Amino acid sequence: MKRRDLIIIGAGPAGLSAAIEAAQYGLDVVVYDENALPGGQLFKQIHKFFGSKEHRARERGFRIGQQLLEEAGRAGVEVVLGAQVIGLYDGLIVQVVRGDRIERVRANAVVIATGASENMVPFPGWTLPGVIGAGAAQTMANLHGVRPGNDLLMVGCGNVGVVVAYQMLQAGCRVQAMIDASRAIGGYGVHAAKVARTGVPFFLGHTILQAEGDGKVESATIAQVDERWQPVPGTEKTFAVDTICLAVGLTPATQLSRMAGCTMVNLPGLGGLVPATAQNGATSVPGLYVAGDAGGIEEASSAMIRGRLAGLAAARRQGFADSQAAESRGQELHESLDRLRGGPFGERIRAAEELMHKALEKEAACQTA
Amino acid sequence: MNRLAEHPVLGTYERGRRVTFTFDGEPMEGFEGEPIAAALRAAGVLTHRYTAKNKEPRGVFCAIGRCTDCVMVVNGKPNVRTCVEPLCEGMAIRTQHGLGNGAVAEKEERP
Repeated sequence: MKRRDLIIIGAGPAGLSAAIEAAQYGLDVVVYDENALPGGQLFKQIHKFFGSKEHRARERGFRIGQQLLEEAGRAGVEVVLGAQVIGLYDGLIVQVVRGDRIERVRANAVVIATGASENMVPFPGWTLPGVIGAGAAQTMANLHGVRPGNDLLMVGCGNVGVVVAYQMLQAGCRVQAMIDASRAIGGYGVHAAKVARTGVPFFLGHTILQAEGDGKVESATIAQVDERWQPVPGTEKTFAVDTICLAVGLTPATQLSRMAGCTMVNLPGLGGLVPATAQNGATSVPGLYVAGDAGGIEEASSAMIRGRLAGLAAARRQGFADSQAAESRGQELHESLDRLRGGPFGERIRAAEELMHKALEKEAACQTA
Repeated sequence: MNRLAEHPVLGTYERGRRVTFTFDGEPMEGFEGEPIAAALRAAGVLTHRYTAKNKEPRGVFCAIGRCTDCVMVVNGKPNVRTCVEPLCEGMAIRTQHGLGNGAVAEKEERP
């Protein structure tokens, strides 16, 4: 069996960052990604990022993706595309499908950076062609240059909802309405304002009742909800739309961390079931790390720092980075992550992290008892 | 036509060469290397498959290869995720019924 110092699963912002960081300390690093192109979801992020300059604010996601790929190339990272990891045994034996072949490779350390998948909400008609994830709409328009539809309803006014709605307008679609069951817009005000200024109506405190159409979406009916989230009769409104975009959250891709036997915790603030990790991404399985959305839903900016932390930790574990410089590098990354999570949008993450650390302490106490 | 000629942020799209393929035997055009699903959407095709039991139509949902709702029979091979499978010259793409290959149809015919 072939052996590598570090195998990273997923060539998105977290995985590439982990690879670049680790390769700098001399590790032999390979990144597997099942897609035909690397970069994860970065190349469809055509908006400018937030935060401060250290977090690449005011740069557009796809440019950051290009920079990461160039950096990975310079660092000597091997990125293998069309490589689907289907198994993780003893945490460190990676089973990968390439074309019609399956191979197994042993690693001294593994970073799972498999990202997340979009949530859905079930309602009558939700399986009709034309009901798609908001991220799917973004992929079709921004990556492939194909409009997902002409007249859209956006369900969810969090960051994904407002950002994608604006991008659909940029792509030449008509956004007929934005709805959210909550009475407040959850997404960044600046993105929501850009959508609102174009005249798109926002229906807060509303839910989708059903999608109608013969074999495909032809219209959608929404209604106001009361304080117990129940539709209020008589408040129904129907929109002629061919596409319903669901922006109702993301779920971490935990197939591999569960398969590897990582201790899991259910933290709604991080998107549901996630592997319990230390801040450097170390899971309960020795040598196995998780970075980015696969370890809890955040943003690409934090995924890049979490990737770097995991890459550094994987290097240190193998004795590659035991210098004073590496020590202070770790400190620097931790501080950078804390600053990124410092604002009001980081509150959810900070609260969830605290719960995770409590769960880990409790488990450690049980094991020693 | 659902293809964007130009984008206010991205400018023009880099596309592969123009290729022909068939959808349920009908000739269509797309660009080499783009996902099959993108070429089909541009050609106005929304239904990729019908479910095994209730014969309900399904199309693209996640567009990144996670949900498997968009699978079709490609060059005779069923269950191909069309949202991530690159389009090639001359591909024969067919609507999938059930699990493809007639496996489900046979099962259902049993009393």
